[in-house]
Amino acid sequence: MQFGIFTVGDVTTDPTTNRTPSENERIKAMVTIALKAEEIGLDVFATGEHHNPPFVPSSPTTMLGYIAARTERLILSTSTTLITTNDPVKIAEDYAMLQHLADGRIDLMMGRGNTGPVYPWFGQDIRQGIPLAIENYALLHALWRQDVVTWEGRFRTPLQSFTSTPRPLDGVPPFVWHGSIRSPEIAEQAAYYGDGFFANHIFWPKEHFQQLINLYRERYAHYGHGTPEQAIVGLGGQIFMRRNSQDAVREFRPYFDNAPVYGHGPSLEEFTAETPLTVGSPQQVIDKTLTFRDHFGHYQRQLFLMDHAGLPLKTVLEQLDLLGEEVLPVLRKEFAAGRPSDVPDAPTHASLLARRDTAPVVA
Amino acid sequence: MNLVVVTAGLSKPSSTRLLADRLAAAARERLAGDEPVEVHVIELRDLAVDIAHNLVTGFPAGALRTALDTVKAADGLIAVTPIFTASYSGLFKSFFDVLDNTALAGKPVLVAATGGTARHSLALDHALRPMFVYLRAIVVPTAVYAASEDWGSGGDVHTDGLGLGERIGRAAEELAGLMLRRTPAPPEAASDKVVPFEQQLAALRPR
Repeated sequence: MQFGIFTVGDVTTDPTTNRTPSENERIKAMVTIALKAEEIGLDVFATGEHHNPPFVPSSPTTMLGYIAARTERLILSTSTTLITTNDPVKIAEDYAMLQHLADGRIDLMMGRGNTGPVYPWFGQDIRQGIPLAIENYALLHALWRQDVVTWEGRFRTPLQSFTSTPRPLDGVPPFVWHGSIRSPEIAEQAAYYGDGFFANHIFWPKEHFQQLINLYRERYAHYGHGTPEQAIVGLGGQIFMRRNSQDAVREFRPYFDNAPVYGHGPSLEEFTAETPLTVGSPQQVIDKTLTFRDHFGHYQRQLFLMDHAGLPLKTVLEQLDLLGEEVLPVLRKEFAAGRPSDVPDAPTHASLLARRDTAPVVA
Repeated sequence: MNLVVVTAGLSKPSSTRLLADRLAAAARERLAGDEPVEVHVIELRDLAVDIAHNLVTGFPAGALRTALDTVKAADGLIAVTPIFTASYSGLFKSFFDVLDNTALAGKPVLVAATGGTARHSLALDHALRPMFVYLRAIVVPTAVYAASEDWGSGGDVHTDGLGLGERIGRAAEELAGLMLRRTPAPPEAASDKVVPFEQQLAALRPR
């Protein structure tokens, strides 16, 4: 089981001080948070990709390459890589390059992006969102697996005898997750390829994501990648902790009340009752996170959102200390308990390399 | 047989609720037969805050979720709104905005409205009817508008001499007729909704 954090990369005014960080501060804070993630023993850091204010991470491989150079163990990922508006050729090149530089410590999560105006900025049309996700990923998948690709599709210029360079490290393409908030087509896509499926799992009640994950598991088995229980599932989550539960609620409330996504809506209490958000003591975070397994089955990756809504860097780093000291060791132990031996871990470069080398040779 | 009434009146009691109850009683009477008729009334006033939250968060909480499920399970719907500023009330529209846009497909719907003056009665046909057509509901031909004066008078030349009571009866008759003749669609299984991936890929191959 992998644990990590994912960041949206929003520049948001701190509602308690009315101070807005500069883009430079926010970018540097994201890097500091990533380095802290390795320090406290997390497995994964994932950054969003956005091309509109108030978000800063428009160039994920630049940021992840920098973080890769300053970390040893951390897996670097995305949340998400826009498979619709990025040219799949450029994704193939950029992330293969990153994979080499990071010695294989990378994977990606594909997403469509739901901001209509972004699509035409990159010459695309949001009404074609699902077909773009399907065609572009099919091409990306081929570019990482075939040295020479001749290809023709609907959305980009054809390729004649094209080789994407560098070739993936050790000939093993990065593992791919597909993130979705509402599209069964994407669960189907992830199942078809035997890729991972990540349910964002923040903002909405679990029942919604249960349907998508159950569909993915069922279709994963249908396509012969394993049993439904062996499908590769990732979940998001959102937490704010203080040792004393009341302190956590008091401190987080102004950030909650003014948060860009759900602020000025339901109360903190209503929202924590309805969604996976936990605001409270480390023990409450542990208890709620452990319920995810009951709702979704044994899964492979848990990412927390910890640095949004204008929370200052200092607070985020304190949160990460609590996560590393009090929550992570317990979660690792509890999630390992009772985990069937045939439920796989999330694929890594090492495990994919080993799998390739032990796979029967097809004549 | 499951008849659901959505009413967007704001005062308690409201003339909108009064009209809704008259329509529901008239429809129930005409539906009475072998099958028992269940009537569920949804007062949007009680859900106003949940509806606003849904607009902000994107999901329905608690009582609103139950109400949306109730509408989804209906065999027929009576939808009544006060006319505000020449159209349905914002609350009424917001409820149908957060309803799944397939929830009413193929379902008989009776639309009705209340207002201070009969001058706004065409809002039923200019605003409510197109909205339910978008939702692929089958809107019964007679829409019932009750202006203040209708509560205390019979019909006039503009209503073919039919008073409010008779118009309620005619609309209820039409609704009941459609509900009794309707074959409900079988529930969809989750995997039925998925287009197999090969088919999705094939649809994109250059022709």
